[in-house]
Amino acid sequence: MVEAKGYFKIRTVALLSILLVVLAVAPSFLPRFFTYLLALALLTGLLSTSLNLALGFGGMYQFHHAVFYGIGAYGVSLMLMKTSLPPVTGFILGPILSAILALIMGIICIRLSKLYFGMLQLSLGSLVWVVIFRWYSFTGGDDGLHGVPIPSLIATVTGSYYFTLIVTVCCMAILYMIVNSPYGRILQAIRDNPERSASIGVRVRAHQLVALVIAGFFAGIAGILFVSVEGSAFPDLLSWTLSLELIIMCLFGGWFTFFGPMLGSAIMVGLRTLVGGYTEYWTLVLAIILMLLIYFLPEGVLGYFQGLGANPKNTSAEDR
Amino acid sequence: MLQVKDVQKSFGHFQAIIRANLDVRRGEIVAVIGPNGAGKSTLFKIISGHLKPDRGKILFRDRDITSLEPHQICRQGVSLSYQIVNVFSRLTVFENVQVSVLSRLGKAFDFFTPAKGLAIDETEKILDSVGLGNVGDRICGALSHGEQKVLEIAIALGSNPELLILDEPTAGMAQEETSATIKLLERLNHEGLTILFCEHDIELVFSFANRIMVMQQGVSIIQGPPHQVRENREVREAYLGGA
Repeated sequence: MVEAKGYFKIRTVALLSILLVVLAVAPSFLPRFFTYLLALALLTGLLSTSLNLALGFGGMYQFHHAVFYGIGAYGVSLMLMKTSLPPVTGFILGPILSAILALIMGIICIRLSKLYFGMLQLSLGSLVWVVIFRWYSFTGGDDGLHGVPIPSLIATVTGSYYFTLIVTVCCMAILYMIVNSPYGRILQAIRDNPERSASIGVRVRAHQLVALVIAGFFAGIAGILFVSVEGSAFPDLLSWTLSLELIIMCLFGGWFTFFGPMLGSAIMVGLRTLVGGYTEYWTLVLAIILMLLIYFLPEGVLGYFQGLGANPKNTSAEDR
Repeated sequence: MLQVKDVQKSFGHFQAIIRANLDVRRGEIVAVIGPNGAGKSTLFKIISGHLKPDRGKILFRDRDITSLEPHQICRQGVSLSYQIVNVFSRLTVFENVQVSVLSRLGKAFDFFTPAKGLAIDETEKILDSVGLGNVGDRICGALSHGEQKVLEIAIALGSNPELLILDEPTAGMAQEETSATIKLLERLNHEGLTILFCEHDIELVFSFANRIMVMQQGVSIIQGPPHQVRENREVREAYLGGA
């Protein structure tokens, strides 16, 4: 048993190392468009992984996660466009703003559970979206903010790609540590059974609130990465349809697995680009994917393959 | 050790507990019996903080715990094992007990130490003590009902309680599993753990408990040693069917 687990981990480390090497050299052989697409897939992967901390590992129906992504993007864009502060300030403040918003929304929503939590969060997120959408003088309204003055080092496609890759890898490593820490394990216990968790001495709401803030913070980081790749921010980044797509990405990849949302995001970003070349009805394809997913892969792609390779009776939290 | 004083609890117009009094001394095994709907589970939920009483007080080691939250009551040394299997379904057996130990050790907000290296010995010791040491790496959903009920007790033990409250610990168990669980509880009691439980198996209650409290339609009608309870006229009429 121990040997099998050890082998599994060595194999995982080997696969991740190969993947990292491929990602590191990708811009040298990929056309510019695909390098850009890869950067988009990476930052979307980080975004969906941050959502999954609350959704898959925390059991909270975070229905409007995109709002934190959008606030991160708008935060850095506004700082770079409307102040003369060093650009790094904007890149730091963006995620912090997202975390603060996550804290405020969390405090309001945390007393509710399951669907009620999700619906209230959806309402509050939509309020934030309306403010961004209507406040022309500050946020550019439905036009958004374009031509954000990105520092020259990361203003090129290759520069922004490597910036995205490095930040994403660092953030994924931190999130992995959090998920596998005592905090993360207790968060999974709360997901499975909040009442029982309270009766073993866990402060359930405080624990959940911290998860929401962490998830919001990393969504904000994905937001600043988006600005570094696109050089713009617009209200669609905070839309509930994007939030829905993120949930589907988590479900698609496997919402009880750590790397599932990243895989789901890569597949979805690729599919969206591919399908977008043929039809404008991407959401129709998305709906079909969702239906197939619910029927045939309820544990997601990675969850399915892990299920094939492991004895379902003894899959520990680390293996997931 | 534990005193329940004149506790009342209503749900809307339904009075689940009209007046309950209970006294549990250190080192005792105390049983609460009564027909379905008598208010036993409600009383246990009030003691463990999951429900708040409308009136009355709960004292634990002379400290008023009536208004405390469940996690605060757990930290005072009271642990509850539920009537319906109430485990962490997607975690392994080992992880189920480990989270309880980690919570007690104050590691709940440790973000960067790998959990797999923490509280190993203590968790394994608890699993060995309840006879689940050989199934620690199983997802708990793969255990039998009896094993899950024992896991319930193991999770409760993870918080190192002074008072263990068990809501029908042997419900749904086979005869062999029931005997093993009773032996386990007797051993834990000999090691110093105070036990408060409710159970429908009257023979088991009278052979296992030091003292028994009887509830009838939300009222505690008597508390005393088994022979005294058995001889009580009110109890015989109301619960033992005049036997």
